[in-house]
Amino acid sequence: MIEYILCLALFCIGLYCVLRKRNIIKIVIGLGIIEYAINLLFVLTSYRMNSRAPVLDKGVVITNMVDPLPHALVLTNIVIGLAVTALIVAIAIRLYEKYGTFDITKIRKLRG
Amino acid sequence: MVLGAIVAVEIEDLLSSVIAVGAVGLALSMGFLILKAPDLAIVQLVVEILCIIILIRATIKKDLSIIKNGRWFFNTFSTLLFIFCFLVFAYFALKELPSFGEPIMRVAKEYIRQGLSKTGATNIVSSIILDFRGYDTLGEATVLFTAVIGVLAIMRKVGRINEK
Repeated sequence: MIEYILCLALFCIGLYCVLRKRNIIKIVIGLGIIEYAINLLFVLTSYRMNSRAPVLDKGVVITNMVDPLPHALVLTNIVIGLAVTALIVAIAIRLYEKYGTFDITKIRKLRG
Repeated sequence: MVLGAIVAVEIEDLLSSVIAVGAVGLALSMGFLILKAPDLAIVQLVVEILCIIILIRATIKKDLSIIKNGRWFFNTFSTLLFIFCFLVFAYFALKELPSFGEPIMRVAKEYIRQGLSKTGATNIVSSIILDFRGYDTLGEATVLFTAVIGVLAIMRKVGRINEK
């Protein structure tokens, strides 16, 4: 149970960072931390005590193996997370070029 | 990892913050390795390095003024309220999770039993993402290419007629 609690704490730190900080880069970092927490939660639910990695071997009878399905989902999610981070950072760089700041309260003027 | 995350959030200098979040990602990669997920560890390592490069590209060579947090009390209070709401929901969700070390393997049992004979891949994870759930991977590739097109459209320099 303590593993889930620590994972939850990581998620809360990310959520705090997203909601509280006013720097765009800090918000991107917070989103990344939330993503890490979710991936960690999936992998934690798939872990089995005294088990092997989900790779078959010749001549070895597999008795217990970690759940490979969440691993596949998390593998997809990591790559998508990279794409999302790249997109957000591109938008942030564009905003910096336009307004000269990363502060979200100073980005108010909506000019095209 | 949690400590690294706290450092990443609270430090003032942006470059140090980016490096701290990189440390968190590498710790996550080590955690995947401990939790018997070597494929995930490799992918996380590569993605983490790319993420760091992108974030450093964003933060470097900017005159970084330290941003003050205005309305300290109101902001903190509302943030803590949201986190409290999340924790209340998470409490109910935690009771439904399987206990640590005993996963529910209803679907994965079939994959493990038939993976080698149906797909011929010894790595079950790759047999799942490439064969049993190929549409997932197709969607992932679509998302990736959409993101690349978006980044190119946002970052382009030419073709802006109305620019002063």
